[in-house]
Amino acid sequence: MTEHIKTDAVIIGAGPVGLFAVFELGLLDIKAHLIDILDRAGGQCAELYPEKPIYDIPGFPEVSGQGLVDNLMKQIEPFNPQFHFSEMVTSVENTGTAEAPSFIVKTDNDKVFECKVVLIAAGGGSFQPKKPPIAGIEAYEGKSVYYAVRKMEAFRGKKVMIVGGGDSALDWTLNLHPLAERITLVHRRDEFRAAPHSVNAMRELVAAGKMDLMIGQVMEVKGANGELSHAVVRGNDKTSMDVACTAMLPFFGLTMKLGPIAEWGLHLHENLVPVDTEKFETSTPGIFAVGDINTYPGKLKLILSGFHEVALAAQKAHRYVYPNKKLTFQYTTSSTSLQKKLGVG
Amino acid sequence: MTKITFIDHAGKSTVVDAEDGSTVMETAIRNDVPGIEAECGGSCSCATCHVYVDEAWAGKLPKAGPLEEDMLDFAYDVRPNSRLSCQITVSAALDGLVVTTPEKQG
Ligand SMILES: Cc1cc2nc3c(=O)[nH]c(=O)nc-3n(C[C@H](O)[C@H](O)[C@H](O)COP(=O)(O)OP(=O)(O)OC[C@H]3O[C@@H](n4cnc5c(N)ncnc54)[C@H](O)[C@@H]3O)c2cc1C
Ligand code: FES
Repeated sequence: MTEHIKTDAVIIGAGPVGLFAVFELGLLDIKAHLIDILDRAGGQCAELYPEKPIYDIPGFPEVSGQGLVDNLMKQIEPFNPQFHFSEMVTSVENTGTAEAPSFIVKTDNDKVFECKVVLIAAGGGSFQPKKPPIAGIEAYEGKSVYYAVRKMEAFRGKKVMIVGGGDSALDWTLNLHPLAERITLVHRRDEFRAAPHSVNAMRELVAAGKMDLMIGQVMEVKGANGELSHAVVRGNDKTSMDVACTAMLPFFGLTMKLGPIAEWGLHLHENLVPVDTEKFETSTPGIFAVGDINTYPGKLKLILSGFHEVALAAQKAHRYVYPNKKLTFQYTTSSTSLQKKLGVG
Repeated sequence: MTKITFIDHAGKSTVVDAEDGSTVMETAIRNDVPGIEAECGGSCSCATCHVYVDEAWAGKLPKAGPLEEDMLDFAYDVRPNSRLSCQITVSAALDGLVVTTPEKQG
């Protein structure tokens, strides 16, 4: 059933820049909902380099990707942001005027947001699963080849081939093992990035003859009408063999794709959204673009720059959300009204 | 100067001078060699600097470390001679190195 939500601002993307936007908007009494296709906050920092240290966040000589995200989450807590994870924003429709913008934002999970301003903080685009180099695999996608497990029951009684060597591959090997008729795990080398305890559990199942492990690559898929029957696996010794399989789960990590943004009627320049440097507003009044997704003369894809951008975008957003209220510039150190909003006053 | 040859997926080759101590990825980016994206800037966390090392050179390079092997899992169409070019440091010993870029990165 469609869920309707009314709010001041919708932030598309919960990367570091989208998260900090909650703070800057919040200080100006603008309430925000955040939507991200990932299942948690943090964008690139959390997905691509959670444990790597970042050295150029002002005031933090060193902070890890995840550490920065955790701190941002804490910093925006007073504003009670509403998160909608594992959802892709599919459309943004302009229903207002240039002076009084309003938008309808829809997700692929049947949610409809009505809001006054939209902040696109989509980074390098939405994270989507990488596809393996197997010719003709598209014909099977969604029918017998899946890049994520939505319902475990769908794999009951199936001959499941899982491809990859990370946590997703190993976790699903172990979780689907009791349901599936047979599990074959295929990985390009006999070493796994996944957590050691799940690798050990997998090896025990293999040793007990309860599942198969193949070192090599899937070269080809065979079947009809979208239903798989076999996969051709080539071992590192270059011999190929047909392996029976009726469902396949390739786990090759995620890649960033621009996704549906191209269809929202915005001017784009090389897959980026041009903005002005006063308000970071796009060609559509009321839609702002901040962080890695935007472009302007001198743009640097730095977290630092994204933080600056949201502070300025919030000022203009305030004019749209509260057209009759005058905005006075205040510091968090000295303004009792700001401190009250932060819950520290 | 150490010379490195990059061959793209279509077979077109580019020969460039590489600075010793820099990486093969940096050499490609500095010389606008197409086919290498290097989204993470060389921190071994994106696998978009994937190359195939010419068979003749396979045994002459230091082996990929565990971090590089882990990251290679994410590259597109990985083969036995796959490497991440940001993890190969240029030295005089690599003069004449030939690498091919894959059909696509990631
Ligand atoms: C390895 C590595 C090291 C880096 N080191 C540094 C550094 O030291 N210092 C520095 O300043 N920067 C660094 N960066 C860059 C920094 O991570 C980015 O600048 C930053 O993450 C950009 O933040 P963002 O919020 O704009 O976008 P992202 O972090 O890219 O987040 C965007 C989010 O939007 C979501 N999204 C996009 N489209 C949709 C849609 N249609 N529906 C739903 N969700 C959507 C995506 O899933 C994603 O989670 C590094 C990057 C990498 C990869
Ligand atoms: S440049 Fe990212 S892994 Fe080499």
